[in-house]
Amino acid sequence: MIINHPLLGPRDAAEFYVMGDADLINRPDPDAEGAAEAFYEYAYLRDNPAGEHRELWYHEQGDRSWLVVTRSTLTHEIMNVEMARDVALAKGRGQ
Amino acid sequence: MRYSALKIFTEGLTGNKGWKPVWREPEPKKEYDVIIVGGGGHGLATAYYLSNKFGVKNVAVLEKGWIGSGNVGRNTTIIRSNYMLPGNEPFYELSMKLWEGLEQDFNYNAMVSQRGILNLYHTDPQRDAYVRRGNAMLMAGADAVLLDQDQLREECPFLDFDNARFPIKGGLAQRRGGTVRHDAVAWGYARGADAKGVDIIQNCEVTGFDIENGVCRGVETSKGSIKAKKIAVCVAGSSSRVMAKAGMRLPIESHVLQAFVSEGLKPVIPGVITFGAGHFYVSQSDKGGLVFGGDIDGYNTYAQRGNLPVVEDVCEGGMAIMPMIGRARLLRSWGGIMDMSMDGSPFIDKTHIEGLHFNGGWCYGGFKATPASGYCYAHLLAKGEPHEVATEMRLDRFERGAMIDEKGVGSQPNLH
Repeated sequence: MIINHPLLGPRDAAEFYVMGDADLINRPDPDAEGAAEAFYEYAYLRDNPAGEHRELWYHEQGDRSWLVVTRSTLTHEIMNVEMARDVALAKGRGQ
Repeated sequence: MRYSALKIFTEGLTGNKGWKPVWREPEPKKEYDVIIVGGGGHGLATAYYLSNKFGVKNVAVLEKGWIGSGNVGRNTTIIRSNYMLPGNEPFYELSMKLWEGLEQDFNYNAMVSQRGILNLYHTDPQRDAYVRRGNAMLMAGADAVLLDQDQLREECPFLDFDNARFPIKGGLAQRRGGTVRHDAVAWGYARGADAKGVDIIQNCEVTGFDIENGVCRGVETSKGSIKAKKIAVCVAGSSSRVMAKAGMRLPIESHVLQAFVSEGLKPVIPGVITFGAGHFYVSQSDKGGLVFGGDIDGYNTYAQRGNLPVVEDVCEGGMAIMPMIGRARLLRSWGGIMDMSMDGSPFIDKTHIEGLHFNGGWCYGGFKATPASGYCYAHLLAKGEPHEVATEMRLDRFERGAMIDEKGVGSQPNLH
């Protein structure tokens, strides 16, 4: 698989470490009510879809950036690559 | 029909006209006591033990494709019980004992070959870890023996003992481990279940569950609705997709594991050998091909094929311990889809929906577990409570902080 890095261009997937579902960006609020249940679901349960999947890839052997890669789990086709930083900031994280 | 040497002899003399199909091809009935979703090794084993050991007669196995078309026909055929943790080891040792009596039990030649498995160690701390593992195995009634380098040189002179990066210092052997003809396991269980009246229904995809007020009363299939008192899902590799139809999210990701076989060679590898400093395991099939594999690819996928970086990684692992295989040519490679669970251990449990049961999360260790998985699942279905060796394989164990993490890497499925 070739991942089209937004900054570095096309890179071999072997340079990356895969973290899994990009939903991990949405860490629950530890002070909210029902936080224990929310963290259980966050840490352990996965949608694991057959088809389009947004996932976190870490460019370990490159610029060390985190990417959100939208990829098909049926064909391995990569539809979209974003900087995880931009995705997180757009969600209001890191404020 | 009972198989025996005499039967083969007399059939051979009379033109082999007396053989019958090994199982029927029935249409589904309106209702069953137990419906097993998934006609792989585990599903067929469950049907076999339900009908033969627990006396449950009115059982159906629903299979989307043909029986044995999933991972029971795609694995590297290794059996072993060299686990360590209390929630796992007694279960895998029960599986090993069932393997040992399996062929006599279901009257089918599954070519169970206890040629031994050898885990190599390369450092002193790794030796200490293997001593601990071996003791855990002995305490659970399994066998284990620690070999030093001299003993190993005698048994496996072809290993690269003086490798500069990963010198081989010794190994932990389980002599009762070995290999089994994987397809025959599915066929043997199917035959034994069918003989007791289990309906094995192929080309019958489950498209939904009939759930009302928290009770599951049946399944929707490509061959119509079928009612059942108990529904037992057993579809490792597709668990998340099937259980999503019942509205459940699972602590599972689907990953691809690749396997490889070389051209046929004269006997060179005595048993199963695994690399201790990377992920590589190899055995030699009775046809002579080297059957080997390594790590999963590491990304979520439902495609039954992997990518080249892992091919390279696996072959490097092989070359690090036995450079002689560098001359062998690769004949075939393929991939199977694994239920990678959050702690690397499986589930055999009821769900929060009454009547709906779940068996899955076998990671890349499902084949060796086939007999015990079927036996314990049948026990759960017939008696309503888990078998004594499967009490920890619960769906709620993460919520309770009771993970069974053999590798100690936490809730990251692609690291197990």
